[in-house]
Amino acid sequence: MAWYTVKRLIQGIITVWFIATATFWAMHEVPGDPFIGEKAVSPEVEANLKARWGLDKPPLEQYWIFMTNMLQGDFGISFAQESRSVNDIILERFPVSAILGILAIVFAGLGGVLYGALTALYRNQWPDVLIILLVIIGISVPSFVFASVGQLILVVINQILGFNVLPVAGWGDISHMLVPALVLGLGTMAFLTRLMRSSMLEIVSADFIRTARSKGVPAAQVFSRHQLRNAVLPVITVLGPSVASITTGGFVVENIFGIPGLGQSFVLAVQQSDYGVIMGTTVFYGAFLVLMVIIVDLLYAWIDPRVRLE
Amino acid sequence: MGFVVLLFLLGQVNQCTGMRSSSIGAVDAATGTITLNLAQEPPQLDSTKATDQVSGMVLGHVMEGLLRYDENNNLIEGVAESWSVTDTEANFKLKQDLLWSNGTPITAHDFVFAWRKAVDPLTASQYAFILFFIENAREITQGDMPIESLGVTAVDDHTLHVKLIEPTPFFLSLTAFPTYFPINQAFYESRDGRYGANAEDLIYNGPFTISQWVHNANVRLEKNQNYWNKEAVHLNVIDFAYILSDANAIINLFESGDIAQAGLNVELVDRALRNRWDIRQHVDGSVFFMEINYREGRLTRNYNLRKALQYVNDPSELVNKVIKLPGNLPGESIFPVWLKGVNGKFREEFPAKPLVTNNDKAREHYALALEELGLDKITLVMLSGDNPSANKQSEYYQSKYAKELGLELKLDRQIFKQRLQKMTDGDFDLVLAGWGPDYADALTFGDLFTSWNENNRGRYNNPEVDRQVDIAKNSSDPRVRMEAFARVQDILNEDVAILMNYERGSLYVVHDRLKNVARRSVGPDPDYAFARIVDKGS
Repeated sequence: MAWYTVKRLIQGIITVWFIATATFWAMHEVPGDPFIGEKAVSPEVEANLKARWGLDKPPLEQYWIFMTNMLQGDFGISFAQESRSVNDIILERFPVSAILGILAIVFAGLGGVLYGALTALYRNQWPDVLIILLVIIGISVPSFVFASVGQLILVVINQILGFNVLPVAGWGDISHMLVPALVLGLGTMAFLTRLMRSSMLEIVSADFIRTARSKGVPAAQVFSRHQLRNAVLPVITVLGPSVASITTGGFVVENIFGIPGLGQSFVLAVQQSDYGVIMGTTVFYGAFLVLMVIIVDLLYAWIDPRVRLE
Repeated sequence: MGFVVLLFLLGQVNQCTGMRSSSIGAVDAATGTITLNLAQEPPQLDSTKATDQVSGMVLGHVMEGLLRYDENNNLIEGVAESWSVTDTEANFKLKQDLLWSNGTPITAHDFVFAWRKAVDPLTASQYAFILFFIENAREITQGDMPIESLGVTAVDDHTLHVKLIEPTPFFLSLTAFPTYFPINQAFYESRDGRYGANAEDLIYNGPFTISQWVHNANVRLEKNQNYWNKEAVHLNVIDFAYILSDANAIINLFESGDIAQAGLNVELVDRALRNRWDIRQHVDGSVFFMEINYREGRLTRNYNLRKALQYVNDPSELVNKVIKLPGNLPGESIFPVWLKGVNGKFREEFPAKPLVTNNDKAREHYALALEELGLDKITLVMLSGDNPSANKQSEYYQSKYAKELGLELKLDRQIFKQRLQKMTDGDFDLVLAGWGPDYADALTFGDLFTSWNENNRGRYNNPEVDRQVDIAKNSSDPRVRMEAFARVQDILNEDVAILMNYERGSLYVVHDRLKNVARRSVGPDPDYAFARIVDKGS
């Protein structure tokens, strides 16, 4: 197990290095440097800017400087917000994305398990049909539609009640997070519901359930102790990668609700050719994803002893 | 375990965002607070380096130059109490006893320091050019002269002397521009390269100070108790509680009573009408046009081809049937309608010769162009932005050129930076472009298509345009200057240097209790410095 962990970590580091290198070169190939703006700058100013940011050096040297700084945990300074370091920006914005992501996962996990179990219990009856219909909508409708509609519903509710039950947008306390987190988690919730349903149905016909029933265990206990517990296993294994994708993929939701998360700066940096932030966020996200995948692999073995780590 | 992590993160978030109390609504007369949305995080609050509109707007509230604009867009006294401008120099007498927000006196040295910083080659300010009317400014930026040689001196603590290289009748309006704002040297140097990074990395001399700045989340301005004219400032707090760019989200906030002002796009006009909101119109001062590539080897160097495109061009149709947002004006001239002329408005004194749409004449010129170029068919590349509005416009031209001329237009859609790079490299035949004014004088548009202007991305080159701009630059007589610009206006249209599209207008809604918000084409916009909250119905 220890050797396996070390091996996976080394693989992870190589993956992150590869991500950093590919991003570095791709970024410099895109036309439009960070300094180009609506007003043209004189060749002198452009030369001064490039010199200050080290962009006048040969690309290989820039790459070397970037890599050595990165190894020391320094991603440099944002090109778009000159007086701020990329590390500051990540440290400030990642917790925002993380808390939103975790809330979304809580919604998605609870909702997915609950609705999945319900559909299985009422198989082919109206709750099943209704929930599966909603699941199809949840999987196929993109999050920006949910975000816009969710926000509009909030406006209407607030207007009818005459006061703000929940804020329409902005960031600050837990009341600002509920609706965005729900919207962010809907897709995953729908996916988990389906997964939960099929795994519940598989277990209903399993031998140990029949044994439990024949022993005269009450139906409610069979459901909660045996069925639910076993059916939830595959859901947990899927949750890991979902955590990574949700905490990183919130750009649209962050944009519509005005949430200062990292997903937003990730996308904006690309649009602004903000080299420092592009590299910082990409490497950070890359490392985060790789780490989540490794953790999930290790958890597999821990949750299900039948899995052997090679 | 997960719960502990959650709690920890909640703590972190609250630490970062300063845990705001729930919203008090768009306007609050009791505390003198208005709540607003900011289109983006201000990227740069170091006034020597700021280039964008949002930074300029925030700076305009918290800093003040020698002069400033009032709520009716007149230039009024700022730090200076009196001044005189001649063809070769400008002198300013500063008010006595003015203080920065940290209690330090404001002196003429603060201006000298800031202006030198702005032209310093090491600062590499993209707006250094706005100081090029001052002696040696250009040479310093190019690294040919020491920064101490800049033609601005503090004669004493309250007297500023400026040497001009050419008659600059609009110099006073320049002093209201952010790049001309003062910076206190001692404070600047105490921040060790972080000047402007956070609220505490700045000191203020404007009507407001920044009391809280949570990056990407909110910016809160509070009345500056050290401001010399604080009696004229009615608001206590301007709370940019949201930083949002999504138009629908912003209007949702307005509808729920959270913010006091919001912009409208075409899709939102109906909603505003249904709600009977107070819809207003604003001309932001920019002119939009199609730039034509005049570089060697380009088909668009052919006069008859350009003339054919001009005869097809129909700005009214573009504005009314394609863009459709009320408030835009069909383009007629590179000089927008709001510019001052000799006594009144430039465009009233020197109307542009009407550009007629005539498809038959267009086809005649197109046939001539084909013959001269020895081609059976012409294909051109149009570079444009990649957003719904730009796409609508470029597709309109594509179908129009195909229908009227049989000309094939290939569309090259690029996002912002990539489009600018291609414009700079001259990698286009036609490009949808625009220009916003830097100062309130016809020169900011007039010299755009001179051979020496870097912003002339089509590299249009006409010695007569250069000559007329030279005449204007070397005179302070308004008549001589405006006649020269009128000549430029005619040449650009006659020679088809560009094709006119529109003058941009915008629609917005304001809370019915918020009054005296200044909107302007040049200078900080919108300006809430002298705004006030009135009782309902008044």
